[in-house]
Amino acid sequence: MNNKTKKILHSSEFYVGVIIVLFCLLIQMRSGQFFTGNNLVDIIRSFSIPVMFCVGELMVLISGGVDCSFPAIASLSMFVVCKYMENVTTSPLPFFLVAALIGLVFGILNGVIIGKYRFPALIVTLGTSSICWGVMQGVFQSREYPLCPTLLAVGKAKLLTATNAETGLSSDLPMITVFMVLLLLLGWFILNKTMLGRGIYAIGGDIIAAKRAGFNVFGTTVFIYAFSGMMAGIIGVFRACMLQAVHPNNLEGLEMTAIAACVLGGVSITGGKGTVLQACLGMLLLTIVSNSLILLGISTHWQNVVTGLIIIAGTAATAIQNQRNAKKLAVKLTES
Amino acid sequence: MSDYIIRAKGIKKYFGGVKALDGVDLEIKKGEVHCLAGENGCGKSTIINVISGFYTPDGGELEIDGVSYPKMTPQQSIAAGIQVIYQDLSVFPNLTVMENLALNMELASGRKFVSKKRFREIAKEAVAKINFEIDLDEKVENLSVADKQLIAISRALLNNAKLIIMDEPTTAITKKEVRALFSVIRDLQKQNIAILFVSHKLDEVFEIAERFTIFRNGKNTGAGDASELTQEKFTYYMTGREIKETPFVYEEKPGAQKVLEIKNLNLKNGFKNVNLSLGEGEILGITGLLGSGRTELVQALFGYHKADSGEIYIRGNKVEINTVKDGIKNGIGYVPPERIVEGVFLPQSIKENISIEKWDEWAGPLGIMNEKKIEEVVNEWVEKLRIKLHDINDPMNTLSGGNQQKCVLAKWLILDLNVLILNGPTVGVDIGAKFDIYELVKKLAANGLSVIIISDDIPEILSNCNRVIVMRRGEIVKEGLTKDMDEASLAEFAVAD
Amino acid sequence: MNKVLNKDKNLTRILAVFLVCFVLFSITQGKSFLSVSSFQSMGKLFPEFGLLSIGMALALLTGGIDLSVVYVANLCSIMAALTIKAMTPEGDAGIGAILAGILVALIVGMICGSLNGLLISAVGIPAMLATLGTQSLYNGLGVVASKGSSVTGSKPLSSFVSMKVAGIPMAAIIFVLCAVVMIFIISKTTLGYKIKMMGTNMKASAFSGFNNVKLTVLNYMMIGLLSAVAGIIMLGRYSSAKADNGSSYTMQAIMIAVMGGIDPAGGKGNIQGVCVAVLIIQMVSTWLSMYQSISDFYKQIIWGALLLVVLLLNFYINKREVAKAAKK
Repeated sequence: MNNKTKKILHSSEFYVGVIIVLFCLLIQMRSGQFFTGNNLVDIIRSFSIPVMFCVGELMVLISGGVDCSFPAIASLSMFVVCKYMENVTTSPLPFFLVAALIGLVFGILNGVIIGKYRFPALIVTLGTSSICWGVMQGVFQSREYPLCPTLLAVGKAKLLTATNAETGLSSDLPMITVFMVLLLLLGWFILNKTMLGRGIYAIGGDIIAAKRAGFNVFGTTVFIYAFSGMMAGIIGVFRACMLQAVHPNNLEGLEMTAIAACVLGGVSITGGKGTVLQACLGMLLLTIVSNSLILLGISTHWQNVVTGLIIIAGTAATAIQNQRNAKKLAVKLTES
Repeated sequence: MSDYIIRAKGIKKYFGGVKALDGVDLEIKKGEVHCLAGENGCGKSTIINVISGFYTPDGGELEIDGVSYPKMTPQQSIAAGIQVIYQDLSVFPNLTVMENLALNMELASGRKFVSKKRFREIAKEAVAKINFEIDLDEKVENLSVADKQLIAISRALLNNAKLIIMDEPTTAITKKEVRALFSVIRDLQKQNIAILFVSHKLDEVFEIAERFTIFRNGKNTGAGDASELTQEKFTYYMTGREIKETPFVYEEKPGAQKVLEIKNLNLKNGFKNVNLSLGEGEILGITGLLGSGRTELVQALFGYHKADSGEIYIRGNKVEINTVKDGIKNGIGYVPPERIVEGVFLPQSIKENISIEKWDEWAGPLGIMNEKKIEEVVNEWVEKLRIKLHDINDPMNTLSGGNQQKCVLAKWLILDLNVLILNGPTVGVDIGAKFDIYELVKKLAANGLSVIIISDDIPEILSNCNRVIVMRRGEIVKEGLTKDMDEASLAEFAVAD
Repeated sequence: MNKVLNKDKNLTRILAVFLVCFVLFSITQGKSFLSVSSFQSMGKLFPEFGLLSIGMALALLTGGIDLSVVYVANLCSIMAALTIKAMTPEGDAGIGAILAGILVALIVGMICGSLNGLLISAVGIPAMLATLGTQSLYNGLGVVASKGSSVTGSKPLSSFVSMKVAGIPMAAIIFVLCAVVMIFIISKTTLGYKIKMMGTNMKASAFSGFNNVKLTVLNYMMIGLLSAVAGIIMLGRYSSAKADNGSSYTMQAIMIAVMGGIDPAGGKGNIQGVCVAVLIIQMVSTWLSMYQSISDFYKQIIWGALLLVVLLLNFYINKREVAKAAKK
């Protein structure tokens, strides 16, 4: 076996990929409905929004931080633009620009506090998260709200429709998935092809060394959180488009899903390691599991139990391996 | 053009009210290897930060290659050919060798995008400078410390370095690797690159340096040719006191019970067929390379690892040591090599750090801590070991390395130990404090405590132990009294294959 | 007393904040703030999140975090409600059923906490991830057990929890009892000291002969028990149990623990400070709700901002103290 295949076989992407394939086959065997056009489209639909959040979260995790504030930022931006801009313009673009701007402001707030003071990111972003929810619910008195026609159209635009011949159910693949692909590519490009991206890895690897090497550590940190915040604003509006209504509290708890997906895919929670592919695979696994319980004949009440068990099993596998490596003795004894 | 790459005259640097540098001089000729020595807090790292442009001095003149720099930025320093290799090496463990080598250069030239091709070219150029062969696509975290060091050196050479500052480069590598490093340094010297070599080890200074400068408390205490230096002068310049080691004399009482006996102890991937014994009041030295099984052996004795087979006897009684608790119960104390990571609870109080092993024994009903007793005993030991501190309630991180190490010793000495194991007890400890610690250990041994010392530093072992064993590949390959041994042959035993 | 205050500067500071708030609120809303009923309503409210905050403080003390506290509390209260319901088919629960419910809640809390502790110490999963997983698991188990809706029928427990002894609400009494026990354990006993030592350096703790797994499991078991008690109080207050009650308490608990002087890096701080912080938060909350124009949701803004301000404040205070120590 040459070096390259060995590396692939030892990568976490490979393991997660195998698990996903096995899981798909299991569902197909039990239900016969997994590999149908409309089911696959449904999975992509429910995969698209969370995986977009994963891009920002991934960057934050690689830099050694964590961002719990994006659902709040996304919800606030979404609610504000959907409620206050419906009569301002008929072009969808300004909606996204304003949402991005609101997200950017909170992202920069996170980035500046974390970059300057190096407080635990979890705690800082929990704080800003609370502020965002408060602003949305208190200042803007959020509630369920009908979506304006401009954005309804964005949500209805579709690439294709898949119909299940057997059940007659059909699902649309929305245009929004194009944006998802673009965002994933952008994330990959920033992380791998720009010095900024390598700086994110460098900070996660050794922050003092990064400073000495000449990376702008503060600037990069601000960028990471600002990017996450800005994207959260845009994705929030997309979420409303896809749901065809404004549900202000619908994203609550998604931060945990995004973190869990990244970590399951193989992104290191202590920073320095992770790829877009890993984040995607992790999120794909979580999406397939939660979407397929019905196909397996399991009540949706069990969804969180299954998700929790997967997170525990996935993180335990890495943890046990790490512990074993740390404890392993490596004195080369003379053969007797 | 000047003969000197660096001429620093009367450099002053204050932090708040503290004079870190109080008018020091440092002159380094082009292409020479210059040694800078001094105890912790003497101003070594401050002068390095001044030369590399991170600190602006509060007074004095700094000349690099004949050009005077009243206010220098890190960029100017690099442009003038100064490169620093920090003790932690400043490499990125999660990135590849190639990226580690190329990133700094690419950043400095203001590139915004990554080109793997250019990265590889830069990396190849870098390793070629010292004929260093390595897989450029390997992650740095999988490399040895010595390889990481070579990466840091080749990275430094990329910037047309004229002076490379190496901050204690030999602390974390083995003797063999030190030799390889020295040959790299000699090669650099041939290319007319000067080296500022920060080290405390006199044998290294003799071997590699031409001239030396020594600081104490932010002032020059000595400078000159390395060949004129003696051990006495060297320690005097650093500590300001005359230090005379008393050799350790041990007389075995015939027929006395052994304190510790190990028979056929085995641990997979640790050590094999180890037999040894330790008499009352004896100081046994264990040496060997990293990975020779010496640490694994003493950790198994302490209960941190569980031996697979074999027997341990304490004062003639067979004991089972499966956990650290068992080890402590049988009167074995262990001072680990990495004090900050394994030995002390830095943010916690000195009092708690010292008294920790006695809490349960002294506790009242419901496990209430016996504060009174704790303070009493801790104060007693602080006095006995002459630990310098303000208040036993201060956190541990307010103490110097040497005093912290004394606290770790106190923690074990409070117990009635059978065997005290010291693994690398003087790493990161000043010469003065080192001397104090050894004097203390010798005094304890004279009062009947049996001690095992593990060290790389063979002279240290020879002058402080009465008996020594050498380990290689998990086995004892040589055992004997220190008075019958010499440094060169011991080192041979450790590396021979 | 003076000596104690000098030794624990953080406690001194937070007591001062408490007094300032108290005086300020008494001046601005004297009549309604200083009334018996206002204190009684406060006494009913703070024990839930107060107990969760103490639990969170314990997790932070070991250098970890527990994101599952709220869901443990909900799971416990669901299990207690189900037990009470099952034992009283006629709907008139006797003291036996209530005690059984409480016992079940405590056992469930203990099991949940121990599982957290085991995952963190024996398996070695970082606390944030382990409790992220169990958060989902416990929430899910709650949904499954309650079939996704709320479990009612615990009236007698409600009347027990809302009972007043000498004018003091039972919930507050339970809180004080738990707080006193935790203060005692953390600042007086060897167990508490060991937990704090382990929180600053796991490795040194192992080399000192401590059993890190045992200490961590014990610590998270105590957190689970505190959550269970919080769950019982919640069940009593709402007289029904649901899997996702009080989800904003997680963030609030972290905030209070940090405000109370617990260092999120582990090992430093005490429970006294956390208790005072709980009282401050409750006072601020009650005071704010006396202004009709301020919606409850504004509190979230204030809590978030307060958390950041406290972090900043601690940062600058520490910096000043380090500078002072260097001059010594």
